[in-house]
Amino acid sequence: MSGWKVFGSRAKRLEDPALLTGQGRFVDDIILPEMLHAAFVRSPHGHAKISRIDVEQAQTMDGVQAVYTLNDFRPHLTNEHLVVGLPSPAYKQELDRPALANDEVVYVGKPVAIVVADTRYIAEDAAAMVMVDYDILPAVADCRAALEDGAPLAHSTSPHNILAQFDMGYGEVDSVFANAPHVYSESMWQHRGGSQSIECRGAVSFYDPIEDLVTLYSATQAAHTAKNILIDMLGLDENQIRVIIPDVGGGFGPKLVFYQEDVAVVLAAKLLGRPVKWAEDRREHFISTTQERDQFWDVEIAVDNDGKILGLRGSMIHDHGAYTARGINLAFNSALIVSLPYDVPCYYMDVVLAVTNKVPVTPVRGAGHPQGIFVMERLLDRAARELGIDRPEIRRRNLIPTEQLPYTKGLKTRGDAPVILDSGDYLACMEDALERIDFTGFLERQKKALQEGRYIGVGVANYVKGTGRGPFETVTVRIGPSGKIMVYSGAAAMGQSTQTMLTQIVAEHLGGDMENVEVVIGDSSVVPMGIGGSASRQTVTAGSSALLAAREVQDKALKVAAHMLEASEEDLEIDGNEIRVKGVPDLKVGLGKVAHAVAGTPGYALPGGIEPGMEATKNFMVDDLTFVNGTAAVEVEVDPETGKVSFLKYVIVHDCGTVVNPMIVEGQVIGGTAHGIGNTLFEWMGYDETAQPITTNFAEYLLVSAPEMPHIQMGHMESPTPLNPLGVKGVGECGVVPAPAAIISAVENALSPFGVFFDHVPLRPPEIVEKIQSAKALAG
Amino acid sequence: MGETRKISLSVNGKTYEEEVEVRFTLADFLRQQPGLTGTHLGCEHGVCGACTILLNGRSARSCLMLAVQVDGQEITTIEGIAPSEDEMHPLQEAFRDNHGLQCGFCTPGMLTTLIEFLGDNPDPTEQEVREAISGNLCRCTGYQGIVAAALDAAQRLREAKGA
Ligand code: FES
Ligand code: FES
Repeated sequence: MSGWKVFGSRAKRLEDPALLTGQGRFVDDIILPEMLHAAFVRSPHGHAKISRIDVEQAQTMDGVQAVYTLNDFRPHLTNEHLVVGLPSPAYKQELDRPALANDEVVYVGKPVAIVVADTRYIAEDAAAMVMVDYDILPAVADCRAALEDGAPLAHSTSPHNILAQFDMGYGEVDSVFANAPHVYSESMWQHRGGSQSIECRGAVSFYDPIEDLVTLYSATQAAHTAKNILIDMLGLDENQIRVIIPDVGGGFGPKLVFYQEDVAVVLAAKLLGRPVKWAEDRREHFISTTQERDQFWDVEIAVDNDGKILGLRGSMIHDHGAYTARGINLAFNSALIVSLPYDVPCYYMDVVLAVTNKVPVTPVRGAGHPQGIFVMERLLDRAARELGIDRPEIRRRNLIPTEQLPYTKGLKTRGDAPVILDSGDYLACMEDALERIDFTGFLERQKKALQEGRYIGVGVANYVKGTGRGPFETVTVRIGPSGKIMVYSGAAAMGQSTQTMLTQIVAEHLGGDMENVEVVIGDSSVVPMGIGGSASRQTVTAGSSALLAAREVQDKALKVAAHMLEASEEDLEIDGNEIRVKGVPDLKVGLGKVAHAVAGTPGYALPGGIEPGMEATKNFMVDDLTFVNGTAAVEVEVDPETGKVSFLKYVIVHDCGTVVNPMIVEGQVIGGTAHGIGNTLFEWMGYDETAQPITTNFAEYLLVSAPEMPHIQMGHMESPTPLNPLGVKGVGECGVVPAPAAIISAVENALSPFGVFFDHVPLRPPEIVEKIQSAKALAG
Repeated sequence: MGETRKISLSVNGKTYEEEVEVRFTLADFLRQQPGLTGTHLGCEHGVCGACTILLNGRSARSCLMLAVQVDGQEITTIEGIAPSEDEMHPLQEAFRDNHGLQCGFCTPGMLTTLIEFLGDNPDPTEQEVREAISGNLCRCTGYQGIVAAALDAAQRLREAKGA
């Protein structure tokens, strides 16, 4: 975009100076006078009945202020459950989380009681002294086992372990498969991991009896959701609760969820009349913060002799965890995304969500999409191999050509809107990635490497992902008498540069000085409604509202200034914090003065018959998702002795429509890619057969560190979407999505001399070694 | 309150004399008593590196030390890196210019670790930088911006020295 002042530029982030000098304010940095500290007593069992909770000893310890169980909270709760499930007709049972455990615990880590003390140290000591008698019940750890006849029930009060069931599809699947020349079946699975934001969760709450106001500072991605749930649970009215999001040290999905700890901290603060803080520690994060990705697929693809896809069908079991902390959206996203970038004439997927005795499952960066894309891309690799077609070539033959966009799929979104691929050039995107990785020269490289005894491989994966989920995000733009431009929104930031993004959009139309704009977000008191940060949605929703609001304020400011300067609007321009007559530098008026002129003086008319206040509030409404697309191409080397996978090159070419700030977009895509690499090769959230988590620290659960991380080479394409006035698409989750499919394809390709194949992620070194060894043994 | 002891230490050039609980970690002490909350806690078991501070100029994990262990010693935290209130350290500038931070939670540990490293190795390779921060986890950036920032800062520091 040329001709812009700041929009589209690599503007430096406004968030940085405070964060770089230790002046950020994260939830655990909030220290209030008289503040107390909370620790939670948590279930050590995957499944058990509670027969008795004895808090006496803990309560009488020095420095302990209170110990509360659900019984203590009950009189103060109008609803003792956190009702958060997104609506769907697919539910077979409702499993909302109780504020604290009632008489049954259904996963390790479930909060049973809250201890509040003078220091965190004392609170933790006292939590260890709360005696809970458990009668252990059989637990179900594996979502497939959960559905078998005679499986133990994850909740003893449930009729079965099916949370929900649905199917989706289009076309004449049965007849197509009956007549297809080739049908290939695969079973695949993906394992769960966590968000593992480097900042854990946390909450600080206090009650002000003078204002009759509860304030909650929470490391959440959605202030208004938190507020609404608290209104429901505590019987408050809208004016009695304010939720503020301080700086958030990474979200990646799980911080979108409202948790039991939040309501417990709020109630404790209210009952004790003093501020209470809880800061989650890493072990708690491993056992009590939501996770994602366990899915087991049985799928088959039908193709003709040329590798043209004729149809795809199958079934999938999704591990939902012990409660509904969000909805059925993950399984839905996974099933929906499989076929999207390709021309698939018929499709059918049957999906079951199984309840298990594990921490609830909600979106983690990627939200079901990496799994669905993995399934499609692995099936294409299989078909290519069987038919002797090059892997890129089979994709070329099946990708939806750009001339056919917008392309309506035979599927519906969860809001029942048709799935329409809006814009992009999938084929060009893949070709660009192939060129960057020098796919044509690869066979030569591979041959040479093999002669040196080195196993290198290349993989490629295409993806699309629905982003910019609506329906809206409110933005108010206001110029005050100070001349500062204030931007208020229900959007939330957790590291994705939301303030900078909104500032670039607003400043563009109001003087071009980013320093003159102040963004206030993540505070339920600044706008009445908000949805928050999830589903790569905020640049689309809040960004578009900001654009519309800024334009309206611009028009209004010019109108008033025209009146004040006795000039025509067309001759005026806003520059910095002034409006001036073009070409006449001295004829100008400050933005503050202009705002002041419409702020109202008793008894005097407003200039130009204008509405009072230099402000505009906009709710850009959108129902359709806008689909980003991209291609990852990866070259790896695998050591067959140790199973170590090293990256030789990692390319991602992606298209997120108009780019507001390329630096931020790159940061998002590369960061997401790191997450995807972790999911593919390192991150293993283990549970034993009693549903006891066995990877609960960073030594057992490995995050990617800098030496393992390749330099990511990025290519941008820009196909603006017609679905919003900015032409933007979401970007926050894109890097994760193609990583598992591309990397596993590359590893398989590297090990092709051994004839080994892989059907799951994460793929860890011992598994690679084992596979090679058994292949060798088989070969004799 | 459990057993306490009096300690005296210098943090960012300022001397503190404080009564501290003997079981308080250095990180908790720094965050709660002088109120220097720029030092972050990401794991409290010595892996993530977010809590890294400089102890007598050497990087150390403040979550793995007790406050009483640093009696009489000198500490630098993220709050003490910039030369003045309105001027940032070249490493901080480079982080901003190269998008070396997103949420900023790992940043304190990255900066302190790299300050020590660039002191020892003023002209590092990319791989050396990657090794230097291998004990600092970042979930946001994929490290690319951080590595670029470190290399950029190294150059700025060399130029400043040469000038
Ligand atoms: S908090 Fe000290 S290393 Fe993680
Ligand atoms: S910037 Fe968020 S963890 Fe590094």
